[in-house]
Amino acid sequence: MKILVPIKRVVDYNVKVRPKADESGVDLNNVKMAINPFCEIAVEEAVRLKEGGTATEIIAVTVGSSASQEQLRTALALGADRAILVETDIEVEPLAIAKLLKGVVEKESPDLVILGKQAIDGDNNQTSQMLAALTGYAQATFASELKIEGEKALVTREVDGGLQTISVNLPCIVSTDLRLNEPRYASLPNIMKAKQKPLDVIEAVSLGVDIEPRNKTLKVSPPPVREAGIIVETVDDLVDKLKNEAKVIT
Amino acid sequence: MSILVIAEHDNEEIKASTNNVVTAATNLEGDIHVLVAGSNCSGAKDQAAKISGVAKVLVADSPEYEHCLAENIADLIVAISADYSHILSPATTNGKNYMPRVSALLDVAQISDITAIESSDTFERPIYAGNCIATVQNSDTKKVITVRTTAFDAAQNDGSAEVVDLQESHNLGISEFIKEEIAESDRPELTSADVIISGGRGMQNGDNFKILESVADKLGAAIGASRAAVDSGFVPNDYQVGQTGKIVAPNLYIAVGISGAIQHLAGMKDSKVIVAINKDEDAPIFQVADYGLVADLFTAVPELDAKL
Repeated sequence: MKILVPIKRVVDYNVKVRPKADESGVDLNNVKMAINPFCEIAVEEAVRLKEGGTATEIIAVTVGSSASQEQLRTALALGADRAILVETDIEVEPLAIAKLLKGVVEKESPDLVILGKQAIDGDNNQTSQMLAALTGYAQATFASELKIEGEKALVTREVDGGLQTISVNLPCIVSTDLRLNEPRYASLPNIMKAKQKPLDVIEAVSLGVDIEPRNKTLKVSPPPVREAGIIVETVDDLVDKLKNEAKVIT
Repeated sequence: MSILVIAEHDNEEIKASTNNVVTAATNLEGDIHVLVAGSNCSGAKDQAAKISGVAKVLVADSPEYEHCLAENIADLIVAISADYSHILSPATTNGKNYMPRVSALLDVAQISDITAIESSDTFERPIYAGNCIATVQNSDTKKVITVRTTAFDAAQNDGSAEVVDLQESHNLGISEFIKEEIAESDRPELTSADVIISGGRGMQNGDNFKILESVADKLGAAIGASRAAVDSGFVPNDYQVGQTGKIVAPNLYIAVGISGAIQHLAGMKDSKVIVAINKDEDAPIFQVADYGLVADLFTAVPELDAKL
């Protein structure tokens, strides 16, 4: 079984991001970049399927500028066998990414595509579902458990009220939720080995799809600030304030 | 052109998130239609027809829609999409599942998780876990949108819409529902509760959540948790409030033993009144709390319980 794992380069999750002073965008000067946490979970799941003997090859892919090679190397260090960069300097939206990934799916014919449910920059939560639509494959989003059983994948999904289990035909698209697994750290020898693994670069234009943005960001502003309130000394004070000042309990 | 709202329901009942989305839709121009796709869903259909501001309810009642499988629902929505300028759903796990599939099939971008509508093509949405608010203008002819339900009030239920049965069958046959484990509870749902009491890592274990239950019973509150509490296995993931869990905005949010990581604040900072109980006076949760109590939760919560 061949697994394709699309990943994304994003601002490191520890960085507190702020809008630029003129509100023209997000201030990304000199911030630390990293592989999107949900994508790391996707890589880990693929590696576990390979270690368990289900998968034979793992291909990491990303769409972005040449700087994204850094995150592909991370995926290779975590256990992917080879990597593909679909290179473009356009700020691509989920629909465009899904179209480009469809091109990669057609070339590589994976049995399974695993990707993060959402990137922590745009918080869109769209790419996996869109890729499923464009390829005509079934989708199993927000996965907390994944089992391959013959020609089907049995996937437990995190849904609002609890858990839902579905069975989907392969090939399929799976998007990862947080509890699917706990990703490993790349060991130093694996980081060194990753430098020797193949990383192909293909130009986004060569895939012949429309990747022009459909959304224009007019401004990026800070969220409304919530002022700190008061510290009450006792539980009695608290109950009194809630009853008589905030009037939220009776 | 009209506006299509996809109803969130469990076949028997309409979820309040549908009413929130109808309110959002009233900011746009055009009749509002609500699609109820389910199986044996006449209960949900009747309730949808009562939502104020809705002109028409479209019902697709067929076994393949029973569990809201994305493949089948998306094909249904695409099949009836021609007359609509905007298609909206709540940003629930269902909406997040099928809506991007709809967008891609229609070859339009999706605008996720909107919190305000400026005009028919311009919307506000949080990015970077709510640390920035982006105003985006979309150039597609049809807008596919998911709505952050806490940003819009729920529409009332005193309407009487026309009901139309659809004869649409869409079963791609590539996915199958196996089972569901939905927590049964007499408490209100997190996303629509007026009062929420949440526990964090400070609760120490799952058993200790019992002391929150007693307070919750008195206040008619839902019980939530921080990601730290979920990751530590104290409570199931569907309790989780935060960027990666549920986004809530009740009238009263009581955070107990929660330090206030950015990812938790992203899920609850729009609550009307926030109370924090934590023994660490430097905990970031106090920076957003209206009322802070620096105390050991194991003495403060039982005392609070006794005084309510």
